[in-house]
Parts: sequence; C-alpha cells; structure tokens
Amino acid sequence: MFRIVKKEKLNPVVYRMEVEAPRIAASAHPGQFLIVRTEEKGERVPLTISDYDPLKGTVTIVTQEIGASTEDICSFEEGQAFADVVGPLGMPSDFVDMEEDELAGQRYVFIAGGVGTAPVYPQVKWLHSRGVAVDVIIGAKTSELLIYREEMAGYCDNLYVCTDDGSEGFHGMVTGMLENLVLEQGKRYTRAVAIGPMVMMKFASLTARRLGLPIVVSLNTLMVDGTGMCGACRVTVGGKVRFACVEGPEFDGYEVDFDEAMRRQGMYRQEEKTAEPHVCRIDLRSGTAQE
Amino acid sequence: MAERIPRVPAREQDPKVRATNFDEVCLGYDVKDAMREASRCLHCRNPRCVASCPVNIKIPQFIACVASGDFARAAAVIAEDSSLPAVCGRVCPQETQCEGSCILGVKGEPVAIGQLERFVADWNRENMAVRPSPSPSNGYRVAVIGSGPAGLACASDLAKMGYDVTVFEALHKPGGVLEYGIPEFRLPKERVVKPEIDDVRSLGVKIVTDVVAGRTVTVDSLLDREGFSAVFIGSGAGLPRFMGIPGENLNGVFSANEFLTRNNLMKAYRDDYMTPVIKGHRVVVVGGGNVAMDAARTALRLGSETTIVYRRTENELPARREEVHHAKDEGVGFMMLTNPVEILGDERGWVRSIRCIRMELGEPDASGRRSPVPVPGSEFEIETDEVIMALGTSPNPLIAGTTAGLETTRRGCIAADEDGATSRPGVFAGGDAVTGAATVILAMGAGRRAAASIDRYIRGKEEK
Repeated sequence: MFRIVKKEKLNPVVYRMEVEAPRIAASAHPGQFLIVRTEEKGERVPLTISDYDPLKGTVTIVTQEIGASTEDICSFEEGQAFADVVGPLGMPSDFVDMEEDELAGQRYVFIAGGVGTAPVYPQVKWLHSRGVAVDVIIGAKTSELLIYREEMAGYCDNLYVCTDDGSEGFHGMVTGMLENLVLEQGKRYTRAVAIGPMVMMKFASLTARRLGLPIVVSLNTLMVDGTGMCGACRVTVGGKVRFACVEGPEFDGYEVDFDEAMRRQGMYRQEEKTAEPHVCRIDLRSGTAQE
Repeated sequence: MAERIPRVPAREQDPKVRATNFDEVCLGYDVKDAMREASRCLHCRNPRCVASCPVNIKIPQFIACVASGDFARAAAVIAEDSSLPAVCGRVCPQETQCEGSCILGVKGEPVAIGQLERFVADWNRENMAVRPSPSPSNGYRVAVIGSGPAGLACASDLAKMGYDVTVFEALHKPGGVLEYGIPEFRLPKERVVKPEIDDVRSLGVKIVTDVVAGRTVTVDSLLDREGFSAVFIGSGAGLPRFMGIPGENLNGVFSANEFLTRNNLMKAYRDDYMTPVIKGHRVVVVGGGNVAMDAARTALRLGSETTIVYRRTENELPARREEVHHAKDEGVGFMMLTNPVEILGDERGWVRSIRCIRMELGEPDASGRRSPVPVPGSEFEIETDEVIMALGTSPNPLIAGTTAGLETTRRGCIAADEDGATSRPGVFAGGDAVTGAATVILAMGAGRRAAASIDRYIRGKEEK
C-alpha cells in the first residue's frame, strides 16, 4: 500500500503529500514522473515527482485541484493510502547523464510556473548539490499562489519571484523576468528549463529562442498507462511523433509543436466527469476553497 | 457405422441485444450439451489435436472424462498443462490449432474442443472441485516480468516445480492483454480472468502490481539486488503502431490500445468509473485483426455507428472467422480494399473525415498473401468523428533498453531461442515480447518451455 505519511496545504488549491513508495524512491531521478490511482474506480493520474528519499522510502507529489481526479487525490489525508503509485516513469533529465566537466561549465536558469514549480525543485537540488550554478524564476498569478519559495531558496544561487498582478516580486510574466535578467541585468545562462502550464512553456521557449538560449520543457500530456502502451501522450517534436511517457516528458522546447500539444491536452475536457469545461480555476477557487 | 451426431452449437446472446451490452456474447454449453458434444470424439490413437495445442493439453483424455460426466477429473487433466483453461476455451484460435487438426473436421465438423475446455473450466470454478495448492519449496527464487499469458504460464509451471516465483506487473491489475486488451464481452474479467489468476496465486505465485520493469526495477537489480536466480521476461507487445499519415494527431484519433485500455482495464463503459472515453457518432476502425474487431465491437456497444476499413479483402482478414461473423451480426460495417491516406480535421482540430483510396489485390507478398495496391484516382472521403488505429503492436523497448547485453532483433523483439534463452545467462523471454503480437496460447506455450529451461538452468548452476 502507498500510505500518505505527510500532507500539507501549500496554497488554496495545491497540496503536498509524502507517500510511502520504497521501490520508486530508490530508483527515481530528477525529471521523472509517476502515476497515482486513488481507488479501484479512479483514473490513472500522471504527476511529477517533487522529491524522493531513498532512505525513508518515500516520494513527494504536489497536486493542484483542477478536476474530479485531482480533487480526489487532494482529498486523501495523512494515514490513508492510495491504491496505486507507479513509477518512476519517463526519462530522467538530460543533465543526470552528463559528465562532470560538462556539468561544471553550465549556468542553468529554471522557469517555473504555478504547480510546475514543484518538479523543478528536485532538478535544482540535484544540480546545486553538484556545484552547478542555478538561478530560478518562479511565477504565479498572485502572491498567495506562489509555492516552494523557501525550499527553492536553499538550493539556488538567485531566486526571482514574479506575479501577474504584481502582488509579490517582479510584476509580470516569467518570460518578462527572463528577458529582464538576460537583456537588462546581463545574466549569462547556458541552458534553460521551463516547467509549468503548456502555454507558459510555449512562450518560454519562444523567448529562449529569441535570446539564443537552449531550453528544455517538461510536457504534461494526457496518459493512460504511462509505459508507452496507449499513445495518448503523442506529441510532435521536430516534426516527429514522440511518446511523452517513455521518450519524454522532457523535450527540446524549440522543437515541440505546442499548439498541437495544447489541443490534444484538452481532448477529454467535455467528457471528464466534472461538468464544467476546464479553465484555469485558480482565481475562481482561491476565495472559496479555504477550509 | 454409428450415426454421426452433429456438432452441438454453443448458445449465444442475440446479436441485437448483445450489441447494446458488455455481457459475454457466447453463453457456452450446459451439462447435457457438453456430454453430447464430448461423445463425438473418436479418441484417435495418434491424437493430432494434442500435437496442435501449443501447451499440449491431453485433449482426448479430458474429453473422455466429460463424456462420462466426471467433470472434476476433466479439470484435473487440463490443469496438468494449462493454468488458464477458462480463458483459452474462450479466446484460443481453435480452428487453426486443436480443432483445425481434428479428424472429424476432414469430412464434417470437428469436435468443439474449445467449448468443452471452457465448459470444464467454468464448471470447475463454479463447483470449486479441483483447487490448486502450493508445492514444497526448493528454495530458489525466480522473477517473472509481466503477468500476461506468457508470464502466468511460466510462473505456474515454475511454482509447481517448487520455485518461489514473484511476478511483476506494470499496470494496477494482473492479466496483461487479458485485462487491458480483450473486451469484457469476449472474456469476462471478474467472473473468468480474476479467478484463473487467483488460481495461479494459489500455487504460491506472488504477483506484485505497479512495478514497471526497466523503470521501477531492472533485470539487473532483480538478479543482483533482489536475489532472484533467474528472470523471465514476458512483457508482451504493447507499443501501438500508427500509419504515419497526415492528421493522425488530430483530436479523436486513438490507438486501439488506448481505446480498449480505457474500456477494459479502466472500465470507461461503466458510469461508476471516472475514466473518460470519446463516443463518436461515426467511428472508423482501421485494421483487420482481432484487435480491430474488439475495438469496433466496443465502439458499437458505446452507441457509435462503426465501420472497419481494411486494405485487403475479407478473405485476408487476420481476425478469427468467428470474430468477424460476430462483428457483422452485431452491425459493424466492413469496407474492404480500402486504405486511409489522410485524416482531415475541423477548425477545432477534431477529426472530420478520413480520406481513403481503393485498393486491388496484386502479386503475393513475402507472407504469401496477395499484396494490395492502390487504384489510381480512386480517393474518397468517409465522414467520421473518431478514428481508431488497430494496426498491430510491437514489443515495448523499455526492458531491452535498460538491460545491458540483452540482444534484440531488427523488429525490436527480444532475441530468444525455442526454449526462451536470451543472450544473457539467467535471463529468459517468451511470448509477444519475443515473437511480436501473436496469441494468448502461443505465449503460454513459450512461457511453459521457458519454465522448463529455467529449471534446467538453475539445476545446472546448483551442480557446479
């Protein structure tokens, strides 16, 4: 059984859970994801791995309530157990296989949006612990929704916070912050990694290309099995069809057909057993979801 | 000469009724039917049916038991060679195996061996007659990757020999293709698959779900860290193929694997499950195999008008005859000598139609089948809002890609000999992972042969 040993509310719609899953904890790497199924009649929900502790045998997931299945996950309490947790799935981040001297020359900038900030954390931690220079940009709609500020601050050289409404940090989008850092402040980066909503990753990739900065994105596509069996996750990368679950989830941001990916991501929106169509509901929820 | 009894037909749900439900199509034999059918067996001195069975079930012996009404003994005879008789009685292509070589078939109808096997297995389960029990342990541990037909057959035989067997399954339920691939109306899950897998567990086999070999564990971690003496890879052929034509990534285009997994494993057809599934108004299924029939018949049951598009003629359909007839009776349309060239979408990126070209049969290809060639200028469009690609599957590269020294073939299959031995000592493989997509029973046969060679391998090491 996959028991929840710790649950915290990070903001009105985002929860962090530490779950017992010793085999996954022992084999996980930054960049990988897992699949949670709460009970027999639940969906298989892909979630990124936000942390893993091989000694304790636990993995950490961060989930945002955006539909019936994620609400179901978030309703679980400490001491309860998920029916299934499968992983680690997908390929580790490319830097995991880099030689030491290749790594040493890198200056990373991470661009994290919303709940996508959580999977950035293990990557930043991994690089920082190997002495690689890492800056992190975290963005959210408003101050209240920012997550992982303190955790991230401990593992990066510079942390830049931005909010769409200017309630905290830089007033503007993460892409504006990135341009500001490179063009105004003269920061030099060798690689960028963007994780967040698909539309954010699209614009982060466009910005990075303009700045001549290579960028990796992590695609949160639809999936059923997560092992290459169903093809629901297929994306076009560099004109070729790739399966995000086994060949990804990380791809070269320049090469991804984001418009297709966003369209495919919405395929089941009308079928999902929540009646409302999916819109980013953070704003709607922040006032009402308080317990 | 005694008067020939005609083959006893198995009862079926009426096509009009069953096209609207997911209950099993075939209702099988009752006791009277079974005993009557069993009395048709000639008990050949040299039974060709046994040789044609990939797991060599002692067919005349079990049929003799059925004829005399000793169903428990019949079950015991079958259990010596097969761990999944209720499954095989339902999904084996008997017409090309045991029944295909039955001497009665030369002039008339062969003995309904499949129906009799099914009857015995169902009777045994309902009456709890012959129950499997664990054998004394020999102290050696063997890991089996994949809980489909190959893995279960291998695990059962090893457990009977006294091995401590752990089966690792990537999905949340054991059974492999029996669970995610074959629909409920052909193979009931709770009533048939689950009890047969429980029987494998009763032999002492442990099944661990949610473990993805190549990710959660590797072949090497099982051998080096988890203390297994040998590993059997029965991971199947799960990777779906697409055509590579324009428009295949439009919304509303699915692999048969996705469509079937959502419905079979994830029970999307039931309202009490969270799984979403698209129910098109007009569904086009591309392909002509059993999987295409399964997908089409599932779509039909979800309320879609369904057409199968296949590039050769009906004579070349790789699906079992019975499945084709069932699909037709239920109202699935068949459009033969037709090949898609492009899928067209609407302004929102959803499928609107599929453009196809008419085909005609040309010269025989390497497989001996006449290969279809396009008729120039014959392109036309079929209006559709859901396209399901059932073009076959290939082995998943996850394990081969994470196991050093494990050789694969050009087609991405794991290279293994007749006995399942791979290029790595102590690592064995069988079933679709080795052959590419084939049948349940061939995978079981491969699993059994691998179990025997794993036994020889471990004994050989012990002697050194």
